[in-house]
Amino acid sequence: MSTEENKVVYTAKDFKSDQEVRWCPGCGDHAILSSVQRTMAQLGIRREKYAVISGIGCSSRFPYYMATYGFHGIHGRAAAISTGVKTANPDLSVWTITGDGDALAIGGNHLIHVVRRNVDINLLLFNNRIYGLTKGQYSPTSVKGQVTKTSPYGTVEPPFNPGELVIGAKGKFFARTIDGDIKLSVEVFTEAAKHEGTSVVEILQNCVIYNNGAYADITDREHKEDRQIVLRDGEPMIFGKNRDKGLMLDGMQLKVVKIGENGITEKDILVHDSKVNNPGLHMMLVNMKWPSHPVAVGVIRNVAAPTYDTAVHVQIDKIKEQSPIKNMTDLLHSGNTWVVK
Amino acid sequence: MTKKRELIELDDVVIRFSGDSGDGMQLTGTLFSNTAALLGNDIATFPDYPAEIRAPQGTVGGVSGFQVHIGHSDIRTPGDLADVLVAMNPAALKANARWLKPGATIIYDRDNFTPKNIQKAGYKEDPIAEDRLQDFNIIPAPITSLTKEALKDMGLDMKTVLRSKNMFALGMIYWLFNRPLKYTEEFFQQKFKRKPEVVEANEKVLKAGYYYAETIEALHSTYVVKPAKIEKGVYRNINGNTATAWGLIAAAERAGLQLFVGSYPITPATGILEELALRKDLGVITVQAEDEIAGITTSIGASFAGLMAATTTSGPGLALKSEALGLAVITELPLVVVDVQRGGPSTGLPTKTEQSDLMQVLWGRNGESPVAVVAASTPANCFYYAFEAGRLALEHMTPVVLMTDGFLANGTEPFRVPDIEKMPEIKPPIVPEGTEDYMPYKRDPGTLVRGWAIPGTPGLEHRIGGLEKDENTGNVSYDPANHEKMTHIRAEKVAKIVEDIPEQKIEGEQEGDLLLVGWGSTYGHLVSAMEELKAEGKKVGLAHFNYINPLPANTDEVLGKFKKILVCELNLGQFANYLRMNYPKYEYHKLNKIQGLPFTVVEIKDEAKKLLEE
Repeated sequence: MSTEENKVVYTAKDFKSDQEVRWCPGCGDHAILSSVQRTMAQLGIRREKYAVISGIGCSSRFPYYMATYGFHGIHGRAAAISTGVKTANPDLSVWTITGDGDALAIGGNHLIHVVRRNVDINLLLFNNRIYGLTKGQYSPTSVKGQVTKTSPYGTVEPPFNPGELVIGAKGKFFARTIDGDIKLSVEVFTEAAKHEGTSVVEILQNCVIYNNGAYADITDREHKEDRQIVLRDGEPMIFGKNRDKGLMLDGMQLKVVKIGENGITEKDILVHDSKVNNPGLHMMLVNMKWPSHPVAVGVIRNVAAPTYDTAVHVQIDKIKEQSPIKNMTDLLHSGNTWVVK
Repeated sequence: MTKKRELIELDDVVIRFSGDSGDGMQLTGTLFSNTAALLGNDIATFPDYPAEIRAPQGTVGGVSGFQVHIGHSDIRTPGDLADVLVAMNPAALKANARWLKPGATIIYDRDNFTPKNIQKAGYKEDPIAEDRLQDFNIIPAPITSLTKEALKDMGLDMKTVLRSKNMFALGMIYWLFNRPLKYTEEFFQQKFKRKPEVVEANEKVLKAGYYYAETIEALHSTYVVKPAKIEKGVYRNINGNTATAWGLIAAAERAGLQLFVGSYPITPATGILEELALRKDLGVITVQAEDEIAGITTSIGASFAGLMAATTTSGPGLALKSEALGLAVITELPLVVVDVQRGGPSTGLPTKTEQSDLMQVLWGRNGESPVAVVAASTPANCFYYAFEAGRLALEHMTPVVLMTDGFLANGTEPFRVPDIEKMPEIKPPIVPEGTEDYMPYKRDPGTLVRGWAIPGTPGLEHRIGGLEKDENTGNVSYDPANHEKMTHIRAEKVAKIVEDIPEQKIEGEQEGDLLLVGWGSTYGHLVSAMEELKAEGKKVGLAHFNYINPLPANTDEVLGKFKKILVCELNLGQFANYLRMNYPKYEYHKLNKIQGLPFTVVEIKDEAKKLLEE
């Protein structure tokens, strides 16, 4: 860390704690930790203003590896603890670290309500579609039919799509990235930090031990450009190794088209707009699945809206100004009192 | 208001208003109590209402009652039995007939005693005969028809007209007890500022009741209860929930911190959250969370962020909060948890009182998970014990559970307004910026309290959480010896609070034949029983506990001063068992009641006498 003209300049190293990182070798969490540290170093926010809050699960060990203020909570409650921290002190930059079990199973209630309230936090949802810390049971995002220790014959229940859930809960910011794609992750985390309100980032994360290769079909080097689409505001929705495929609307459906075929040119391709309030197209984008469609990554939805923590304090300031009661003594003597002499 | 009959002076009187849960009996009772308080009487009130907002009309299950005890001398309880019963229908009479003193006055709405209503209430024949009420002073008043008559020219709809009939009954009671109408009229004017027709209707009916009582021959005399001789000062009427809310705000003010309350509505604790939500003018942040767990975990987050944090609940909510309470224990963060107890288990009796959460509060968590526990014992002293819970939490860096119950929450009494500046200043161990070699779990060697480093402070960045901590650094540690050591430290830290709390007092005889022991809301009944026994020449004392964990340092000595000990509580003997565990050398006799109701003074006296005679 160095100081230039009152502005602190950090490197990623300034955000590393002295604790030994204990995730399995090859776990996607290592790359995510690195992306977060790089992001924080670049945001221009002083280190003491960061609070990293987690629940329970492999990903939730995250705060211990950060040199910021950190709180390792209990299972499912990261979003609720974060709501308390941010509402108590809106000056802090609050980062919530959670997983598919933590946020979508035991903590589902807190997730939908933090999103509905639009508390200004950045919530990183590590989605590996498995319970890793308890050694391999299915999660609410495990694909239907997935064989795990608690579904030896395959699951019979359909999974959640986190983006669909977040947008359904009135979410204003949703982005998706991939653990190993550090460049994209830093880009997305930076946008999440800049967005005022609950910014949910789903990170497709590989669990090498219990669900290895869960995303291999879309992340392997050979195919990733054909099976992912990186969405950026103002850019046409084009993807593919040869940048020759794009997305168009066919009635109420998204359709993959080939540029140059059937008279389709780049001009016919949809242009991404994360800022549009109507969630219709965003909902379609988060729901795209390979092989029918590419999987959308990048900032999918980024709509400005008032935040809960600011609204709470604005209301308090307003009532403080209007009320004749300025302290406890005023309150005790307000209304009906009588004097015994 | 010139015609007066014989004026009889009374030391105290107990009045019970009862009717359907839609009849406005709680408001009627509250208005009467407020007038009595403003006239300088000492008072105690007891609302007794069903869990259903509108239970089937006319049934005993739907009866809502409000008992008020006013007096010229020290009033400690809402009274065992009533001198006056107002019954708006046969069900109200049926539900309350057994709570009357011999010769009591019963005023009932004659218009509602129709054969259909009488049958609905479960009477087979004439209720007066069936409940053997002939010896009472019975006043059948046509309350409904005279209310209609009083309002016939106002062009109001029937619903609004019938809604004011409670004011007719109140007017009658005001005449009977020589009370002015002005405080109640002022209330109407304030409450219905924008509805002048409602103000007029209520005032008309109130006066109609007053004049009716004056006119009829049935009332031979009126009564006066002179102001009580109470300590000088400014007073206000307060219920336990409001007093609790205010005590928390006062603690935050004396600590120089903002108050944060994450909570979820639950009977009978909701009133605290409602009162705190009003107090934005004092900077109180209330988060009505999505569930009980979010209530406590948002508060834990706020505590981590450096605010005074509290969460309020009742037994079922506390059960949901227990894992998170353990998190506050291991992270050693200050937190006040208010448990307004109700009848259990499960949903139990939501609107009724009980003291059966003690074991849950003391032990209801996984692991060795000690918390400090205090209990309020009167509606007004909820203020002081909420303040005390805040002080102990902030200065000892620990969760503190404040126990009250439905009886305290809704009961009211005059509250002598304290001088806030004279209340202790609360000094949490906030770690100052620039502290060298800061470690999150470094402790004060005397109190074992760790420092509180607030996020946002440069140089004090640290991580805490639910995993076991290394003794000093606070880093995660799985070392077996360290875990045992930390377990002892956490227990000892809470135990050391004993050095920061007052010794246990004995009221009444300081030694002798029988020590009554109680805790929490039973104080009023126990102290009344003790004083009456003492007046009868019995060697009886009372040790009423407000500090539950740790127990005061002299507890053993107190228990040893009497030949016999009788522990009275509204459960199956939880405090008795707790005392036995801590001080096994004594024999603990028990008086227990689990009816969702407070003790009566008579019950306690009877049991005490039985023991004294053995």
